[in-house]
Order: sequence, then structure tokens, then C-alpha cells
Amino acid sequence: MIYFDNSATTRPYNEVLDSFVKVSSEFFGNPSSLHGLGMQAEKLLTQARTQVANLLAVKPTEIYFTSGGTESNNLAIKGTAMLHKNKGKHLILSSVEHPSVREAMEQLQRLGFDITYLPADQNGRVLVDDVKASIKKETILVSVMHVNNEVGTIQPIAEIGKLLKLYPTTLFHVDAVQAVGKVPLNLIENGVDLCSFSAHKFHGLKGTGALFIREGARLNPLLSGGNQEWKIRSGTENVAGAVAMAKALRMTMVKSELGIEKMKRVKSLLREGLSRIDDLTINTPPENSAPHILNFSIKGVKAEVLIHTLEQKGIYLSTTSACSSKKQLPSQTLLAMGVPDDLADSAFRISLSYGNTEDEAEKVLVAIEEGANQLRKVMK
Amino acid sequence: MNYDRILIRYGEISTKGRNRKKFVDKLRKSVRIALAPFPMIKIRAERDRMYVLVNGENVQEIIKSLKNIFGIQSLSPAIRVERDLEQMKEAALSLVRSLYKGGQTFKISPKRSDKSFELDTAGINHTFGGHILENIPGIKVDVKNPDINLKIEVLSEAIYMSCENILGAGGLPVGSSGKAMLMLSGGIDSPVAGYLTMKRGVEIEAVHFFSPPYTSERSKEKVIDLAKKLAEIFGSMKLHIVPFTAIQQSIKEQIPENYSMTTTRRFMLRITDEIRKKQEGLAIITGDNLGQVASQTLESMYAINDVTNTPILRPLLTMDKNDIIKIAKDIDTYDISIRPFEDCCTIFVPSSPKTKPKKEKVQHYESFFDFETLIQEAVQGTEVLTIRPDSKEQPSEFEGLF
Repeated sequence: MIYFDNSATTRPYNEVLDSFVKVSSEFFGNPSSLHGLGMQAEKLLTQARTQVANLLAVKPTEIYFTSGGTESNNLAIKGTAMLHKNKGKHLILSSVEHPSVREAMEQLQRLGFDITYLPADQNGRVLVDDVKASIKKETILVSVMHVNNEVGTIQPIAEIGKLLKLYPTTLFHVDAVQAVGKVPLNLIENGVDLCSFSAHKFHGLKGTGALFIREGARLNPLLSGGNQEWKIRSGTENVAGAVAMAKALRMTMVKSELGIEKMKRVKSLLREGLSRIDDLTINTPPENSAPHILNFSIKGVKAEVLIHTLEQKGIYLSTTSACSSKKQLPSQTLLAMGVPDDLADSAFRISLSYGNTEDEAEKVLVAIEEGANQLRKVMK
Repeated sequence: MNYDRILIRYGEISTKGRNRKKFVDKLRKSVRIALAPFPMIKIRAERDRMYVLVNGENVQEIIKSLKNIFGIQSLSPAIRVERDLEQMKEAALSLVRSLYKGGQTFKISPKRSDKSFELDTAGINHTFGGHILENIPGIKVDVKNPDINLKIEVLSEAIYMSCENILGAGGLPVGSSGKAMLMLSGGIDSPVAGYLTMKRGVEIEAVHFFSPPYTSERSKEKVIDLAKKLAEIFGSMKLHIVPFTAIQQSIKEQIPENYSMTTTRRFMLRITDEIRKKQEGLAIITGDNLGQVASQTLESMYAINDVTNTPILRPLLTMDKNDIIKIAKDIDTYDISIRPFEDCCTIFVPSSPKTKPKKEKVQHYESFFDFETLIQEAVQGTEVLTIRPDSKEQPSEFEGLF
């Protein structure tokens, strides 16, 4: 099997699964319980929080465990909107955001908030000048993802963060779900107020994630209940998931330096090989893109059919993002970049992890070329 | 050019005359403990100053650790250069260049302890200032208010250059002023009292009163976490955990309610004093602060202090609560102290404690019952833990999970 769909999800590390099973079976107490079992669970949760915070170079009190990227994004956006609506009802987002950001914003729009989409250039990148031009007195939040999930473009987070330091009442949210372990980001130096993480994108488990909330930034909770996570996220804590996430993050960070170099090599081999295939356009920009994502379109080849052809050979990749591929909608990101409809319709995404090899890349290149030629014959 | 050493200035130690050697030894020990995570470093202690030779370890991280050590007045990352004018010029230039940002000013502060050096101070200024002016376009001299102050010290064995002067924690090296017992509750005040006393060179051992099942394991954890913070200063600290349940129950039965708190405090002090004798301490430290609560009126202190003539140190006595909280936040104990678990003082607190207890009355009430045996039992049953700071690798019950 060649798994090239790591932006959809990654395979959990065995060590991570071991931790999850052990914590679930041996330390199953509720951290809020007064007795010893509860205390053990609480200690585990504290240690997980501290480890995650240390790895991200923030304070433990700035890490809030959630159920993943979608919840973190919703909490950041709606929580900010609910608390700060009296300061202003204007929100800014890029036009290439993940649906959990875009849909959350549009839901707020239906409730009377005003939203502004930042355009993307042909590389899928937003311009700092556009951010500056969009900010009004009533702007309470700017949300820009770090790494785009469909084409891998890296957004100018440092520059936007620098700009937003001049607007103390505007919070800066960054969706870093695709960036962890691939593109490092210093949250504090870059003026990020809120940042979303999802563990299953770095070999942790589904249903676990975190939101970074900078000390001093405030928002309303979305879930009402037992006031866990300093009242920001009620619900009995997923201790085993949090411990597993802390371990996955540590293992990822330890491997990242070599891992990133390796992914760069595999990616450049793929890019070179793909560019030799007829009628194939590479949508991922050569500059300012993450080392693990490569998006391309093949003119005249229906993406879904080729995906299944490759699957028969044990090769797994996807059409755009996993979230939108089932709906068979063309990629929003590609449309925002100005890619023509027919090419946006036949887009493929390869997404790597540290474990992928150059050897796998060679095999995939051959398979794609063969598959495309074969399909073109049939479909013409 | 990279800094190869950190120069440590002693401050108050220098005035200690004949005791100086002892002070320097204690400081050296503190430095060694604090820098244990950096195995490559070497420490060289001299009469007037100490050098940490960096040997490739991270200078900024070392400075961060050194800043918390008591007994250090100030420190400067520095480089050592041979007595060779060309080498010295190069070093001076690269040092200033590494700090220089457009439009900044500099000055040179020479110190020529070795009068045999070929240049006098004016000559040093001229030679090195000129070299820097020639080679860094845009830099200007400002002798009154420079952005960069390049210190060049000419000693007989070598020349040291440094640009930064970083303020240390001050105070005296821990252990240089003997040992005392700290009565550590779970509150905000007592860790601060311990910290301030350590700053004056006192080594402390903490005493905590534990009343299970009235107080929970979590309140004990909280005290252990506080002790871990204080242990960072000296590398480790003893924590005595006194079983206090039996005494508190007897007090509740024997002593009128409005005097129970006074008696409780008297017995805590008695027990602490017994432990102090065993551990050869010379004083007892409390977080008492005048007038905060009923036990902290002067009348109350007078009635409680009656049980011993060991010196009781109350470093917070005259401070405002806000100032105490500020220190607690600086030393990272505040967030631990405000965790909401009961301690032995809060759980048995009477509804209306006497704010002006009489010594004679409390003595009278206590005379009807043999508390002495209970006190001795509590001292015998005291558990002693050696607490190490969190950063030091400790075997964890969760080994392997993370």
C-alpha cells in the first residue's frame, strides 16, 4: 500500500495507540472526581497539557483541549463573535479557508454579522494589503489558515500578525491544522491570538485537538455544562485522547527536522515527474508552499475515475480535500486561485507524511501516467 | 564571534571579609545545581568573580538559569582574548557588530587593572573606537547614553570583552546564613515568605500539617507542587508532612470553639519547633501578615508565640497583600496557591475566632488534657520527603505514556 492522503488523515503511531489504550483502561477516572482515581486522571491531563504547551512554546494555561480542528475553528470564531459582538460585528476570512471556518462565518452572517472574504492570488495566497484595506473599526476577528489544505499554499501569517498588532481589539485566528510538523510557526512572536490544532493530522487520534487561546484573549464557550477547561469547553475531558495527542505531537516534533527534508525530496521528485506528463497542470505553487501537499489537474481525465484506478494498484490519494470530495464540488481554493472550471474539476491531491519514500513516489508517477493514458483513450 | 564565558559578579558577598570563601563556595554550589542541565560547562570561581565557561552550550538558556540564583549581583556574557592588538580589534568589532542595529550609538569602557598593558585607557578608547567607527558604517559615539557599551577589561592573564550587563537576583547564596523551618500551608503567603528568606541566604526545610480525611490528597499535592517551585532555588528541599488529624479532633473536643484556632496554631508551632531541633535549624519562618485574619493580630501572635523562644521570622509582616501577590506571581507559586483545595487551617476554622485571645486563658484551657503525648506522636509520625524541582527528570508513574 502506498498512502499519499496524509492531509485527509494520518495513520496513528503505534506508540500513540498504546498510550491511548493504557490510559483508557488503567487511568479511567474522571479528572473532576475527588478521589485518587480522579486525581491520577487530572495529573495525566495536566502533564499532557504541559507537554503540548512546551512543544508549541506557549503556556499550559493557553491550551484548551477540544474534539479536533472543526470544533477548535468553530469555538475560536463563534466564541469570539458571541463575546465581542458589542465591540463590532465585522469578521474577515480568506477565500481559501477550510469549510469549518467558512461555514461558521456564513452562519454568523445569517445572524447579522458582516463578513469580508480576502481574495487569493493565482498562488492561493492572500495579500497583507488586502487585510489592511478590509479592517474597519468594527472588525473583531481575522481568520487566515497557515497552510491551505487543498493546494498547500503557506499564508503570510507573520506579516498579517505584525499588521494586526496595530489593532488591539481585532483578534487573529490561525487554522494550523495542516501546518503542524510541516511548517513551524511561533505563535507568540507572530501575534497569533487563537490557533486550531487537530491530532489526527499528525499521527494522533481522531476526535482530539486543541485550541490555543493567548493569555488575555477572551471568548465565549459554545458548549454549556460542567465548566471543564476553565469554563471554555464543557464536557468530561478525553484524558486518553489528550495524552495520545501529547505523545503524537512530541514524536512528530522530534522527527520533524529530518522528516521535512525527506518530504521535500519526495515532493520535488513528484513535481518533476508530474510536469513531464501530458496535459498535466500543477496547481501547487513552487514557492511558499508546504512540503507535504502537491495538487495537480489532468485535462480530460475525470478525477474520481483515476482515483479508483490507482486504488486498484494499492495507491491512495484524493481529489482535493476529503471534506469536499464526496460532494463532488470543484475545489473552492482552486476556483479562488482562478483555475478554470474544467481543471478545478479534475484536481488531485497528493499529501505526504514523514514515512513516504522516493521509491513510492517513482511508483506513483508511473501509475498516474499509465492510468491517465489509459483513461484518456477510453473517454475520448 | 560567539560568547565563550559568562562573567558573574558577586555583589554583597564582596563585603563579607573573612567569610568570603564560604560564601563563594555556596554560590558555586548553587550555580552548579542550576546549570546541571548543561553538562559541558565549567565553573571557575575566583576571589572577586566567577566565570562559567560555556563550551558550546546555549548562552541564553544559561543566563536564564543564572538570573534566578541568589548571591549574583549581575552577569555579562563575555569573550576572552589574548593580549594581541589585532586579535583584540577583531573581537571588539565582531561583538559590537553582532548587537548593532541601524542608527545606534556606542562607547568603550576600558578597565585597566594590569598597568603593564601597552595602551593606557585613552589609548584603548582611541584604538578600538577608531576600528569600530571605520568598519561599521553609520555607528556613532555617545559617551553619556550609549546603546552599546563595550567593556574591555585588561587583566594580567587575559583580556575580557563584554557588551551586556544583566541584573541578577541579588541577595546571598542559599545556605550561607544557616537553616530554618518554613511553615508551609497551601496559601499564597507562606511560599513567598520562604522565598524571601532564602534570598537572604537561609536554607529552608518546609513543614506541612496534613489532616486526612478532612483534607484531601490533592491539598497535599498542592503543597508538594509549591515545594517543587521553592526547590528550584537550591536543587532540592526537605518537606516534613505532619499527621495532624488526631490533634485537631482533640482540640475540637477540649477547647472552647473561639479559642480553638489559637490552640491549633500554638501546637503547630510546638511541633515545628520539635522538628527544628531534630534538623538543627535556628529559626522558624511563617507567612504571617499583620491584620489579615484573626490569627494575625498582634494579640494573637503574642498568645501563639508563647510556646517557644526560637526566633520566628515573619518576612511578610509589614507587606500589603497586593505586593505579596505580585511576588507570588513572579516566582510562579500564585497559580498553585489559588487551587481550591481545603487545608487544615480552613476546614476547622471556627465561626467566630477570638481576635484578641489571652495567653493565660489559652494556657488554662490546654491544661485539662494531655496534649503533650499527641504532639510527640505527631512528631514521631512525620513523613519526610525530599522534593526536587520539576525540570529534573523524576521517575513518573506515567512512564512511557508521553
